[in-house]
Amino acid sequence: MTYQDFSLLAYLAASVLFIFGLKGLSSPETARRGNVYAICGMALAVLATLAAPDVHHHGWILGAIVVGGSIGVGVALRIQMTALPQLVAMLHSLVGLAAVFVAKGAFYAPAAYGIAAPEGGIYTSSLIEMLLGDAIGAITFSGSLVAFAKLQGLMGSAPVRFKGQHALNALLGLTIVALGVGFAASQAGLPFWLMTAVALVLGVTLIIPIGGADMPVIVSMLNSYSGWAAAGIGFTLNNNLLIITGALIGASGAILSYIMCRAMNRSFLSVLFGGFGSGDAAAPSAAAQAQQRGANIGSVEDAAFLLKQAENVVIVPGYGMAVAQAQHAVREMMERLGAENVNVRFAVHPVAGRMPGHMNVLLADANVPYDQVFEMDDINNDFPNTDVAFVIGANDVTNPAAKDPNSPIFGMPILEVERAQTVLFLKRSLGSGYAGVDNDLFYRSNTMMLLGDAKETTESLVRALKGAH
Amino acid sequence: MSVFIAALTVFILAVFVGYHVVWNVTPALHTPLMSVTNAISGVIVVGAIIAAAPEEFQLASLFGLVAVTLASVNVFGGFVVTQRMLNKFKKRR
Repeated sequence: MTYQDFSLLAYLAASVLFIFGLKGLSSPETARRGNVYAICGMALAVLATLAAPDVHHHGWILGAIVVGGSIGVGVALRIQMTALPQLVAMLHSLVGLAAVFVAKGAFYAPAAYGIAAPEGGIYTSSLIEMLLGDAIGAITFSGSLVAFAKLQGLMGSAPVRFKGQHALNALLGLTIVALGVGFAASQAGLPFWLMTAVALVLGVTLIIPIGGADMPVIVSMLNSYSGWAAAGIGFTLNNNLLIITGALIGASGAILSYIMCRAMNRSFLSVLFGGFGSGDAAAPSAAAQAQQRGANIGSVEDAAFLLKQAENVVIVPGYGMAVAQAQHAVREMMERLGAENVNVRFAVHPVAGRMPGHMNVLLADANVPYDQVFEMDDINNDFPNTDVAFVIGANDVTNPAAKDPNSPIFGMPILEVERAQTVLFLKRSLGSGYAGVDNDLFYRSNTMMLLGDAKETTESLVRALKGAH
Repeated sequence: MSVFIAALTVFILAVFVGYHVVWNVTPALHTPLMSVTNAISGVIVVGAIIAAAPEEFQLASLFGLVAVTLASVNVFGGFVVTQRMLNKFKKRR
């Protein structure tokens, strides 16, 4: 068996291990083993590549792996679970940048990749594949950096919009194509580098008009891009492992984007062209109006009494809970109520966090068992049998206005808390949420508002539950 | 051309595999799905090693080493954070 055959088989095995890794995620029971499969696949792929007879400078390469690996491990061990979206955005940007560097490497050393044409220069097909990998990589890199900055609060989460924005993006796109054609025809470095530069600008202009509320879609979309960039590089290098892995990731990101769009009842295009998520939610006029409309504002003691009398309680957490760091207090409340034989469950909306599945990780981080956490579709029918729906830090995802054809959020799937006996709404103010739509739920007769900081209020609720013996 | 078509075949079939595998992922694990795809996207390190590999040190070698470093952040960071998250998912006692 030649080295060539050996490496092809090793790459095939690695691809299969990656697929098993993703397959493991179908249940929390098998997920950890799946992750180990994926790690084995990666180790196999790297070792098979390093074993190639024409690979030199092993010391340098291992050094680079150690440097990059230590940074990765250091960050991964320290990151707070609330900051996961930022970490993921940052990792997307690194893949994008790595794709750009590999494309440039292939351009300057075509012989190493076996893409040098015998008559000199590089095969045109390889050039085109190289261009695609490079351009998608550059867009992924700069776009993810903008997403990172928005998530980290380094720049405002409000959409940045200006006149002629779409025309500018179209122009940048056409420039990329023109430079690409120029590069494929001339094989010169200049148009290649210019194309990369324009793609970097396009990544920024594509992401800045997107508001904070749409971030889960964007993070998923960039996930998808990072996959397509890897696949593009795989075509250049004619490497099946990169092609398969890139296709898996591209499909994964695309599906997640679709799920997030569906959960917000937004079309993918309307997200891309900007809109929701001005960031500054609580409008004072709404609060004043709310007072007039007479919301039923309760005390912590009232709430504790209601919860203790209940048989079934469903907690609906939103991102506001995580912002207030209230998840541990909420878990304490859950345990307290569990001790009183109250059946407590959690109901999670698909866009409850800042990225797909984020809320589930935050709850797991607070030691909430995953079999007490339910997806929207699995629990919505249970609200009529629920005594108390406890909404904490969520707003739009419970807003019955989604059923009103005249509302801007019409059609968005919601957690139907209004069908519960009593709704306890824990909130800082009576302001509207990200979508800027007033929540009629606050003024219904079966709703009790608990106004205040999510963490402090929940903590005093726990004290009230303990003291009420 | 036939090389390209062979690669395209692999690509399209892999998209279908990805489509089916990912729809089977439980929504509760969508964040670990993203971080593990982050990790395996670091497989681009394979391409980066080849750029850094030729005996004669040149510009491409430098690009390759930079790409190896970047991709390694992804591989190690992605796998470690995924494992950390998955360790938190526990059943009711």
